[in-house]
Formats: sequence, C-alpha cells, structure tokens
Amino acid sequence: MISLAGIDRSFQVGDQTVDALADVNLDIGAGEYLSIMGPSGSGKSTLLNIVGLLDRPTGGVYKLDNRDVTRLTDEEQARVRREKIGFVFQAFHLVPRLTALENVSVPMMLSGIAISERRQRAAKSLEDYGLGDRMDHRPSQLSGGQRQRVAMARATIMHPPVLLADEPTGNLDRASGREVVGLLERLNASGVTLIVVTHDPELGRRARRQLHMVDGRINADNVLQK
Amino acid sequence: MMGPGDVVRFSFRSLTGFRTRTALMVIAMAIGVGAVVVLTALGEGARRYVVNEFSSLGSNLIIVFPGRTETGGNVPGMLVGRSPRDLTLEDAVAVLRSRHVTRIAPLNIGSAYLSRGRLNREAPVLGTTHEFRDIRRLEMDRGNFLPPADPTKAQSICIIGQTLAKELFPNEEPIGQWLRIGDRRFRVIGILGAKGRSLGFDTDELAIIPVASAQQLFNQPSLFRILAETRHRESLDTARDEIRRIIKDRHEGDEDVTVVTQDAVLATFDRILRTLTLAVGGIAAISLAVAGILTMNVMLVAVSQRTAEIGLLKAIGASRRQIRSLFFTEAALLSACGALVGLLLGAVGILIIRQLYPAFPAAAPAWAVGAAVLTAALTGVGFSVMPARRAARLDPVIALAKR
Repeated sequence: MISLAGIDRSFQVGDQTVDALADVNLDIGAGEYLSIMGPSGSGKSTLLNIVGLLDRPTGGVYKLDNRDVTRLTDEEQARVRREKIGFVFQAFHLVPRLTALENVSVPMMLSGIAISERRQRAAKSLEDYGLGDRMDHRPSQLSGGQRQRVAMARATIMHPPVLLADEPTGNLDRASGREVVGLLERLNASGVTLIVVTHDPELGRRARRQLHMVDGRINADNVLQK
Repeated sequence: MMGPGDVVRFSFRSLTGFRTRTALMVIAMAIGVGAVVVLTALGEGARRYVVNEFSSLGSNLIIVFPGRTETGGNVPGMLVGRSPRDLTLEDAVAVLRSRHVTRIAPLNIGSAYLSRGRLNREAPVLGTTHEFRDIRRLEMDRGNFLPPADPTKAQSICIIGQTLAKELFPNEEPIGQWLRIGDRRFRVIGILGAKGRSLGFDTDELAIIPVASAQQLFNQPSLFRILAETRHRESLDTARDEIRRIIKDRHEGDEDVTVVTQDAVLATFDRILRTLTLAVGGIAAISLAVAGILTMNVMLVAVSQRTAEIGLLKAIGASRRQIRSLFFTEAALLSACGALVGLLLGAVGILIIRQLYPAFPAAAPAWAVGAAVLTAALTGVGFSVMPARRAARLDPVIALAKR
C-alpha cells in the first residue's frame, strides 16, 4: 500500500546540509499496525510527514496505492490527504473557535460535502467516540482526552485507509492515553493502516511491526510473530 | 470542492472568533468610509446651498453691471482719459426693448443711517422698482411693495425688513409711519417677509426705496445692477446678446458693460464646488488607504497567529487555493463590514449636520458613496492578497510544529 524507495530528505541549516532522512526504503501493507521509535532528531516525524504528504522528499519515490504521489500538484496532494490519510497530533490541533461538531466537519467542508450531511455524519462520529453530549463545546471546554477523541473523529470522518498518529498520547494522562490507544487499535482492527510515531516504548511495543530509527535511517524493523 | 457558502461561513466564524481584532479593523475601515461620505456631503451641501440661493433669485435671469471684466489688448479708455460710462436708468428701460425680456429691475445700493425718533441704525438700502419683488421672489409680511410707477420718479416710500421693523418701531405698527433714511423722510408702506439670508443680503435688515429716490439719496446716477428676466430659459443667450447690443448702441458703440446670465454664474460656482468636493473626498480617501494598509497588517498578524490552524487545514486536506480563498474572503468580509458600518456612520454624521444646520442641505452624492465603498473593497481585498498568499505558502510541517 505504502511504498518508499530511496527516500532522502535534507534541510539547509545555515551553510550546512542536514540529512533528516537518508535512503529510506519501506513497504507497508494495508491494515498494518506500525510504530516508529527513535531519539529526537532521528527523522521519525519527517518520515511521518512525508508519508502524510505534508513534506516532499528531496529524492526517492513514494507510491501510495501504486501511484507515485511525490510528483502530484498541490491540489492533487490535498485531495489525497483528504481522502486517504488521517492525522492525529500530539497537540490535537483543534480550531479553538469552532465547536467539536464544527471541528469534525472541517474535512467534509473542504471536500464540499453538503452541510446537512456534514452535521449528520459529524454528530454520528462524535457519538461513536462517546462525545454525544459535547458536540457544541469548544476545545477549551473539553478535557485532553476528549479533545484527542474529537481530533480522532475528525481524522476518521472521511474514512481514510491510513491513519498517522504523531505522539497521540504525548499530552494526555495515562488513563486518557490508554483510552485513545484503544480507539486507535480498534480502528486498526477494522482494517485501517495505523502508523504511530512515539517516544514511549510502552506504546511502541504494542504495534505488531516496530521500526527503530537513528540519524535518518531505519536501523531496526521487527515484526512480532503472533 | 468547498462551496462559496462554506468559505463565507468559515471566514465569518474566524471574524467572530477574534472579536477585538475584527472590531478594531471594522472601526478603522468605517472611519475611512464615513469620512469620505461626510466630507463629500459637506462639499455637495455647499454646492446645493449655492445653487438653491441662485435659483431663489429666479433662473431666467440676466445680470448687467457697469464696466468690462475682460482684459483687452488696448486700453483706449485710459489713453483718452475716459472712465466707463454710467449704467443709467434709461439704459435699464431700454433693455426692455429686447422682445425676449419680460421685465427688468434696476438696482442701486448703498448704506445709510435709518432713524426713527431716538432710535437709529445703519442698514443697506436698496433702490429698485415694482418688478424687483417678482424677480427676486420676495415675500411680503404685510403692507405693499413698491407700486408700479415711472422708475425715474422719486417717491418717499419705503419697505423694511423684519429686524428693522422690530428695532426701529419697537412698540408701534411701522406701516404708515415716517422713517428717516439719510437726510430724507420716507413713509413705510410694507414689511418684508422673514426670509433670512439670501446671497449676502439679509433681507430682514434691508430697506427698499424707489430707484430714483436712491439715486438722489446716494447722489449716484449710475446703477449698481440691472436684473432682466426672460420668458424662457432657452432665450437666455439670445436675450443676453440683444441686451449687450442695445446698451452698446446707447453707449456710442462702446461695450463698457458686462452682461452675464444667471446660468453662467451658477455654472462657475457649480464647477468650483464640485472640484472642492472631489478634493475633500480625495483627502478622505487617503484615510481609507490607511485603513487598507491596516487590514493588511492585521491579516498578516492573523496569518502568523494562526499558523497552527493553517497547518492543520493543510494536513486535513486543504489545498493552497482553498487556504488562499479562506483568508481572502475573511479580509473581504472585514472590508465589507467596515464599509457598511462606515456608510451608517456617514449617514448619522449627515443627520447630525442637518440637525445642527437645517438650512445647509448636506447630502453625500451617490458617486462619492459608491467610490467610498469601492475604495474600501479594493483596498481591503487588494491588501489581503499578500497575507492570503503567505498563508497558502506556509509549510505545514513548520506550521504544525509551532505551538
């Protein structure tokens, strides 16, 4: 499903070139549960951003569903992000002035879905995430766990086949974190490809496939046998 | 794709989400638009005021006055030591020979002491004839105006304005009483209606006497003006040329008088005041441009304040074009609100001016209102292009990393 071949990503810092990713080759099948671990600056977030089409590699080929997505126009990339990829962030990134319901509706708005359908689908999704009574609350009126659940509802509202989570439990207490992880894993069990970037070894070990990165390279790729 | 309704709704939520910022921007824009509206209304009001004043004089009017206003190449008058001829009563009567002229009023003006018993004051005294009343559309409060008579015959009668009547005859009815004007006595036969100020003459403080009496009183055989009225507006120009010829013939072929139509004078004032209105409107428009730059500034700040939101929108599938249109619409809405509030502000301003000065017909001309709104929209939108582009170009990775 996801195929990265010889991916490089270098940044210009002053007069120095820093390689955030160097010759990364990675194939991820549909429905996999993958964690990416490694120290800060090892390139795990950069990798996630490239998979999520938020960043363009300086070299190499990235195929999503057998389609080279590195050369797409901005408009086409936006469409791929909208339809195929869901993001969950450490900082939730909810729009503070919008209610939970409106936040969940934003991706549907961007794809031009009619407002009545948007409301209906967003409401149903929020109910599924146990937030039926919080729809008209603004993010500031919600707890961290609730905010992350709103963010998850937003990430999954377009039913993307791939879900990318960058430290999804980083800003949460243990109980809320466990809850969010449970929800992510339930989505994975229903067939969604789940990629989690984390510092937390406990979270990372839960994945069936565990990547370890150092200095922009994958130095370990362990698949747990069931 | 996102529909226009969604874009507007989302942008509107952004505006309501940042109330202080939005309010400040709207005020800045509104002051600009309001200033344009109020200032042009003042200019336009001045123009209308003058136009009204002139039309109260009658619109089919031709004014004759002694002397040439044009500068010629040769100055024969000076070479032979001859001053311009007087404009006489006979000239005035001769003007009536033009078949386009229906009536004339010779005018003589001076200042004199008016006294009644121990009361006295100085006032402008106008010498004229019966026709003056109709030409100037003067209202009488009571009594009679000058009766139709031979203009060359002096009569000891006068008509006085309201203020003079009150001040010189505090406790009696002036009509039928004697009033001393200069060194002569005149019988008051009528009181002018209250009309207020009209083209420099305060009719309330005016005394009117027969033109021949005024010539004797001021020892001035030359007339100050001849007013001639034509039957139709269309015949104004023909009548003007005829009058010029008649007086030229009478003055031994010298064209030593100036004949202007009311229209020509009016057109000049009209032009001057329109230019003035345009100028003040232009000055006010500068404040609008400043408001536009403010909008840009605020939108740029908004972009940097909302980098995380922009990054997020990109992550969940917004294209650059969509981000651009969202920020653009936000600025456009901001300008539109500002323009609307500005128009309201302008309307209130005009209302206040009208309350304070009821005689002054302040009204913003339609073109100025249109131009103000257009300028507001153009500056608002124009200065939003850069912030919107900056938002669209934002790198989502960096945008999301910033918290």
